[in-house]
Amino acid sequence: MKKKFNCEIDCANCAAKVEDAIAKLDGVESVRINFMMQKFTLEAPDERFDEVLRAAVAAGKKIEPDFSVEC
Amino acid sequence: MERKQKRRLRRIILAAALFAAVLAVDRLGVLPAVFTNRYYAMALYLAPYLLCGTPVLRKAVLGVKNRQPFDECFLMTVATVGAFATAENAEAVAVMLFYQVGEWFQDYAVGRSRGSVKALMEIVPTFARVERIGAVETVEPDEVAVGDVLVIRPGERIPVDGTVLSGESWLDTSALTGESVPRRAGEGTGVVSGCINGEGLLRVRCDKVFEDSAVSRILALVEEAAEKKSATEQFITRFARHYTPAVVFSALALALVPPIFGGAWSTWIYRACAFLVISCPCALVISVPLAFFGGIGAASRCGVLVKGSNYLELLARLDTVVSDKTGTLTKGQFKVSAILCAKDVSRMDLLAAVSAAESGSTHPIAQAILRDAAEEGIVPPAAQEVQNHAGSGVTALVSGETVLVGSEAFLEQAGISCTAEVPEGVTVCHAARNGVYLGAVCISDAVKDEAPQAIRALRRQGVRRMVMLTGDRAPAALAVARTLGVDEVYARLLPGDKVAKVEELLATLPAGGRLAFIGDGINDAPVLRRADVGIAMGSLGSDAAIEAADVVIMDDDLRRLPRVMEIARRTVTVSRQNIVFALAVKAAVLIISAAGLATMWTAVFADVGVAVLCILNAMRLLSAHRTVDKDSPERL
Repeated sequence: MKKKFNCEIDCANCAAKVEDAIAKLDGVESVRINFMMQKFTLEAPDERFDEVLRAAVAAGKKIEPDFSVEC
Repeated sequence: MERKQKRRLRRIILAAALFAAVLAVDRLGVLPAVFTNRYYAMALYLAPYLLCGTPVLRKAVLGVKNRQPFDECFLMTVATVGAFATAENAEAVAVMLFYQVGEWFQDYAVGRSRGSVKALMEIVPTFARVERIGAVETVEPDEVAVGDVLVIRPGERIPVDGTVLSGESWLDTSALTGESVPRRAGEGTGVVSGCINGEGLLRVRCDKVFEDSAVSRILALVEEAAEKKSATEQFITRFARHYTPAVVFSALALALVPPIFGGAWSTWIYRACAFLVISCPCALVISVPLAFFGGIGAASRCGVLVKGSNYLELLARLDTVVSDKTGTLTKGQFKVSAILCAKDVSRMDLLAAVSAAESGSTHPIAQAILRDAAEEGIVPPAAQEVQNHAGSGVTALVSGETVLVGSEAFLEQAGISCTAEVPEGVTVCHAARNGVYLGAVCISDAVKDEAPQAIRALRRQGVRRMVMLTGDRAPAALAVARTLGVDEVYARLLPGDKVAKVEELLATLPAGGRLAFIGDGINDAPVLRRADVGIAMGSLGSDAAIEAADVVIMDDDLRRLPRVMEIARRTVTVSRQNIVFALAVKAAVLIISAAGLATMWTAVFADVGVAVLCILNAMRLLSAHRTVDKDSPERL
């Protein structure tokens, strides 16, 4: 399942760093953070989606404390 | 975002006020006892420093912890800590303060341009009125199901794609197509979400759910466009990756090497700090993507969707434009172009005879003749004993007289010689009655009115070679090519041949030149993919074309293409200006600072000032649509 969320991210560089970190997580099929549009797109298996999403947001916050996702 | 910006601004102002107060007391020498003590002085300056710099320090520490230390925050932290260490307290605070001012301004600029691109796309309907068991309910657009009947009142936005069941109105499609002439809608017309209803009340059956409707698809495209990075943007990202560590190590060398040979430690650490501040790459990192974002925004404002920054870059360098004929350069609709009457035969008489014989046919050519006859107010007399001779003609009994309509060969078979002088490149229907030649009706596919103008404008934008590909016969294709001023024509091509031809043309491109293919999206998907830039026309609602194309012209108007080329070139120019300007200023100030001629203050202005100027330059693109093609009489 692929889902798109509004997110908050401060700079293009931060977006790239957070994206790299989330892409390495288990269960993440693809991830996109669009700084210009402030959009966060995550693709993960249906049955684990919520779990992967939580892990992704947590990993993002670790890199960039200002990163947040509107779920 | 807004609230956060205000909070940051308050902190900056507070820190600036505090800094000014401390600085005044220090310089005026009011409290010499405090300021001559190095540690007391540092403590006083630390208050405004921490007030505005804490987020930067935190990010720098976090970066080191996550093993990705080399970013702007790290540079600023090292530089300011170094300044404190060499007792340049005021400079340390100033660097952090101005850095934060620059950051805030960047944030504000990005927010502004994001807002203006979003405003272009303010086409999202917020509600739908659905007829349910006699009552009209207002629901969210994504709750509408296929088959639901919607009521659209005057002035309201159409929430989903559908078909008009009843009512008559005009639709304002400008938000989607950039086209200001309203489109008529009546029973049976397909309507597209995002358009605004004019004066009439419409009842519309939903054909596509909200997610598949035009509005949602367009928004998704625009959002994704910013993700496809141009070569320039990729260059900047790669550049920053190597640049920042290189700068940090150079600064380290600057701080350590000269003192070994007898320089003063504090002087060289101070110079190294100034060096770090100047070299911060933020002006480049933010202003180049901002320029491309602005370019995509300006293009979508004039009704063209560019699906990525990379395509904007390619559009700026088009050398060859290959175009499909039918539906792209021509209207794709057969029309009677000439009626040639034989001696003593009236136009009405000829048209009546031909239309009577053709009245039962559904062939596009017959339809064109019937339409023309109807326009001239002719009611075709009844025809009997109609006989179709496959591909060559028709015989019929009209008012008791035998009428033959068909090709020259068909009439000659019946012993009738065709004397009309027929122009080249048209389809001809000759006619005879009772063995006497009546004349000929010529049918052709009309060239789009704006096509010659568009081609001239493309040439002004630097397109060197215009090529037309068509599945049509050579004479018809040549006739169209001559009216349009196209350089080369390849006729009688099957869809597969078109791909081969485009590949051939790609091989002959000059170095650095790019090739675009324009098609109406039907059967063109493979060619659209093969070309450097695939451009689809009039594709509002055609999924295949939107998928395959890189650039979508929302309405049928070819003249939008040269405008977008102009926007593309401006975008590329602005991003180059920014790169050259930023690098040149920084290189100059870097050399000066290494030589010890620049203070930390110069360094801060070189960094923040350059960033602000670059951002302002990039923001110019958002208003690009007003200045395009100014000196041309063919302005849209």
